[in-house]
Amino acid sequence: MELTYTVEEQAFRLQVRQWLVDNLPENPLKSFDTQEGFEQHRQWEKTLASGNWGMVTWPKEYGGRGCNLIEWLIFEEEYYRAGAPLRVNQNGIFLLGPTLMEYGTDEQKQRFISAMASGDEIWAQGWSEPGAGSDMAAIRSKATRDGDEYVINGQKIWSTRAVFADWVFCMFRTDPDSKRHHGLSFVFVPLDAEGVTVRPIDQLNGLPGFAEIFFDNVRVPVSHRLGEEGDGWSIAMSTAGFERGLMLRSPARFQQAAKNLMELYRAKRNDILDLSIEDAVVRCYMDAEAYALSTYQTASRLMSGGQIGAESSCNKIFWSELDIKIHDTAMRLLGARGELEPDSEDACAELGTWLDGFLFAQSGPIYAGTNEVQRNIIAERMLGMPRK
Amino acid sequence: MNFTYSKDQLTYRNTVAALLAGEVTAESIRARWASAQGIDSNLTQQLSDMGLNAMLVPEFCGGLGLSELDFILLAQECGRVAMPEPLVENAMVATAMLSDIACSDLATANQCQDVLEKIAAGDASVACGHWINPYINMADTNQWLLLPHGEEVHLVSTEAVDLIDQRSSDPSRRIFKVNWQPSSRTKIAGGQQGADLWRSALNRGALGVAGQLIGLAESILQRAVVFTTDREQFGRPVGANQAVKHLLADCAVSLEFAKPVISRAAYAVATAPTRADWAVSHAKVAASQAALLSVRHGMQVHGAMGYTWECDLQIWMKRCWAIDKTWGDAGFHKNRIHEWLLNPNALMGAEHTFGKSMSPNNETTLEQGAA
Repeated sequence: MELTYTVEEQAFRLQVRQWLVDNLPENPLKSFDTQEGFEQHRQWEKTLASGNWGMVTWPKEYGGRGCNLIEWLIFEEEYYRAGAPLRVNQNGIFLLGPTLMEYGTDEQKQRFISAMASGDEIWAQGWSEPGAGSDMAAIRSKATRDGDEYVINGQKIWSTRAVFADWVFCMFRTDPDSKRHHGLSFVFVPLDAEGVTVRPIDQLNGLPGFAEIFFDNVRVPVSHRLGEEGDGWSIAMSTAGFERGLMLRSPARFQQAAKNLMELYRAKRNDILDLSIEDAVVRCYMDAEAYALSTYQTASRLMSGGQIGAESSCNKIFWSELDIKIHDTAMRLLGARGELEPDSEDACAELGTWLDGFLFAQSGPIYAGTNEVQRNIIAERMLGMPRK
Repeated sequence: MNFTYSKDQLTYRNTVAALLAGEVTAESIRARWASAQGIDSNLTQQLSDMGLNAMLVPEFCGGLGLSELDFILLAQECGRVAMPEPLVENAMVATAMLSDIACSDLATANQCQDVLEKIAAGDASVACGHWINPYINMADTNQWLLLPHGEEVHLVSTEAVDLIDQRSSDPSRRIFKVNWQPSSRTKIAGGQQGADLWRSALNRGALGVAGQLIGLAESILQRAVVFTTDREQFGRPVGANQAVKHLLADCAVSLEFAKPVISRAAYAVATAPTRADWAVSHAKVAASQAALLSVRHGMQVHGAMGYTWECDLQIWMKRCWAIDKTWGDAGFHKNRIHEWLLNPNALMGAEHTFGKSMSPNNETTLEQGAA
């Protein structure tokens, strides 16, 4: 065990820090769930890519830097420390990218990865359907083989970023007689294809952060399928999937939020009547660090040849509940002004982006598999409790 | 940066775990309850033969010269079997304090070296009092006691003190109040050095408790899984119900995010003991929280059985309840964290998770606890 950064790691941190200072947009970007903000964020992705900072863990040939997981953590720490924009292409770079590298053909990698890294193509994800939420194996949308093409019919829902994105990666039933997790395939669809209709769904903050996607005889070439026909489920559930889960929410995000919370607490603590806030603040800071320590430990284990185990299913519950705790505590500190939208006449700097973060935090325990489903997974796969 | 235990550390852990699993069973613990001193002297001898008492004793005093980081995994194993013998407090706190003095320039260094050599040879043992704890567990089984008098550290023969035995709710614990008179002959350190020694002792003690709590909680969780898998109601295992699963899943989450915190604290105590306060307090709070949740939920899923004397679960539960309050309770440790967070010089933010690694002078040691 060596809990210090090497000289190289420190140099890397300073390099990231300096690049961000030199390149960060001067003004905060608009929400990427608006047309204007989406394009601003796309531009930021291009800027990141121009310095090979888009996805530092990717191989150099795909625009990355071949960084290890510790370096990735350092990059993320600096990224959130600098208050850099959220990643509009996170479905692509965090979820699809690594899967493409593992399962894609050379042609597919050639075709999709660079365009993803450069921000030229922003991805939405299309897993859920009206009848397939937590129970993803209940997918019914079909991709029917017709020569060198698939003909797609059906509906996806809760597709994040689909309103303004260029592509969506989906799971479709390619074997009409199959049931559950058999007979599913992993297919890419351009969102401007004929027969695709995207209907925005406004989120709790009033912006269309996700959408329904309707497929009406949409034709895509068979070459847009990732992996073998019928292997969609195992690709989605592969070990790599757990690693992606590790990268989806890096701890730096919560550590930065906890640090911001401490600043708010220092400013407001003399006005506090609710003594339990002190405990909440301490807990938020500790838990954000605990999440970071756990991630460092997992990263170290993976780097020394270890495997990611079932215990990683604990992650999502922990960070999503932590995110709520941090923002809930901030709202308690802000008191009756906490409800002010940023464009209110009386809005002030102290309000920061806490309200926006508070609303977004509410979705954490729900998306990417509700926390109830996660608890079932922990109980059955990690603890070995009986399924029935 | 490498946050993994070495192969040697894990191998040694597994060896000790195998020994303890064979020697410390619920049945043998109940047998200790009926005995006069509450310990298994055969096991004590075995632990001593393996060098466990002398792990933190420097090599020049006949010990193994290892650190708290090497010991912390063993503390977890001691907790896992709910071992009544006070190995963790004696070897990781009391003996380590003597080692600190033996390695110092204090005039009493030689005296401490003599005692340490006896400990390493298996001929003596020492327990440690502390102003934060009203009682010493198993004080009567040691030849020597380290006792505080203000900032002074006194090394006192157990025969020279009055041990007033109390009765703990945990029958595995034999706790004593110590009545004694300090004298210049028993004093082995004082002043700032004494204060530093007591501060280190508190951190080591809290770390040792945190480690044991993790092991205790993991064991409770495992027992709860076995019980809810075997026990059937409504024609199926009670553990098939989501309401039951989710209680235990929450325990697992709490434990998963306590374990790396304890590892960091052990590293901090071993490499930067004067700056380990923050990491240790975090570890103690996180481990206590995980343990008390496991007790609560573990007992709940045992149904009425969990409320009986007969059910072995009580051995683990009562230990958690008792030691959670030792070496600083949740209030003490949360306050220490709170104070640090309010310090304007506190190094906060993700780049300081492991301490002051980004300071201008490029210091790479763990310095988070610096006030």
